[in-house]
Amino acid sequence: MSKSLKSNKIGRRKFVAELLALRGSTVIVPGLGSATWDCFAAGDSADYLYSWGGMGLAVPTALGLALAQPSRRVLALTGDGEMMMGIGSLAVVADQAPSNLAILVLDNESFGETGRQTGLSAQKADIAAVARGFGIAHTFVATSHDDLPTLAKLLFEQPGPSLAVAKIALSEDPWALPEKDGAAIARRFQVALGVAKP
Amino acid sequence: MTEQAPIGHDWSSDVFDVIAARNINTVCTIPDGGLTRLLNLVKAAPAMRLITLTTEEEGIGIAAGVWLGGGRAMVAMQSSGVGNCINAIGYPLTLRAPLLMLVTMRGQWGEFNPWQVPMGQATPIVLEAMGVKCFSVERAEEIGETLAAAADMAFNGQQSTAVLISQRVIGAKGFGQK
Repeated sequence: MSKSLKSNKIGRRKFVAELLALRGSTVIVPGLGSATWDCFAAGDSADYLYSWGGMGLAVPTALGLALAQPSRRVLALTGDGEMMMGIGSLAVVADQAPSNLAILVLDNESFGETGRQTGLSAQKADIAAVARGFGIAHTFVATSHDDLPTLAKLLFEQPGPSLAVAKIALSEDPWALPEKDGAAIARRFQVALGVAKP
Repeated sequence: MTEQAPIGHDWSSDVFDVIAARNINTVCTIPDGGLTRLLNLVKAAPAMRLITLTTEEEGIGIAAGVWLGGGRAMVAMQSSGVGNCINAIGYPLTLRAPLLMLVTMRGQWGEFNPWQVPMGQATPIVLEAMGVKCFSVERAEEIGETLAAAADMAFNGQQSTAVLISQRVIGAKGFGQK
C-alpha cells in the first residue's frame, strides 16, 4: 500500500454521508470529534451514539453493544488517532468475534481536531495490517470514493468482525456539532434501540 | 506463578451468585491472582461471558456498550489497573451509564512488591476524585453483600461504583520468600 503523506483523495463528508445512506438498520458508534461531526452533518439520527470524549473507547463501546444486541448490526466509525489510542481493543474484538460488528477508520493520518499534527498512520503504522495481526480476518483499505459499494457490503452485510480503513483527505469542513449532553444522547439511543421506554 | 486459591470463606462463590442473580452476565478483566476462582466460575458458566482485555480501560467502554444494548457487565481488575481507567471513567459518568468495578487491592497490606504500592495507595483517592462511589471490604464474609449493594446502586441508581477487596482478604503474594 502506498503511504504518500497527506495525498489521500477521499472527501470525508460526502463519503460518510453516502456510506451511512446504505447502512439499513445498522447502529453507529462514532468516535469523538470529527467522526461524530461527520455523522451529524450527514443527518441527525437517534441511533448515532455521538461522542465528545472517551478517546479510545469507540471500539470497546461498539463491541459491548454488539454482544448485547446480537441481532443488530453495529458499526464503530472513528478516526485514526482515536483508533490508535484503543488499538489493543482490536485484539479483544478478534477474541470475542461478534459477527455483527464492523469498524471503519477514517484515516487522514493526522490529529485533525487539535491542529492537524501528523499521526502515526501517516508513514509506518498500517492499521488494517495490525487488525489482521490481532486476528480480524476481514479487512479492506479504501483509497477512492469508488470503493464505497465494496466498503458498504463489507461493513453492513458480510459476517464480521471486520475492519476497514478509508484513506480520507485532510480537509477543513464546516462545524456540525450535535447534542453534547451524554445522558440525553445515551437515553435517545436506548429508546431508538428499544431497550428503554420513551 | 500460579496464585493460591483464597482460603477460608469462599467469597468468589458469593460474588458469582450476586452477579448471576442480577443478570450481570459479562465480566471484563485483566486478571489478578485473587480473582482466579471467580474468573474460573464465570468462564465455566454457560450463561456468562468472560472478556479478556488488553488494558482495563477497554472494560469501561465495553460495560457502557453492554448497558446501551440493554445488558449488564462488571469490570474486574487489580488496583494497578485502576490507574489505567481514570480518563475512561468519565465516559460512563457523562453518559449516566452504570459502572460496576471489582478491584482486588495490592500495595496495601503486607505488600512484598514496592512497585505495587504507589497505585495501590492512590486507588481509592483517584476513584473518589473521579466520582466513583467506593466500598472497601476487609472481611471475606462481607464481600458478597457489599458487591450486591454496589451493583444495585450502579444499575438501579445509574452510578459508578467500585468494591475494593482488601489485600488483607487476598493475602500478600510472597514470591517464594519468607
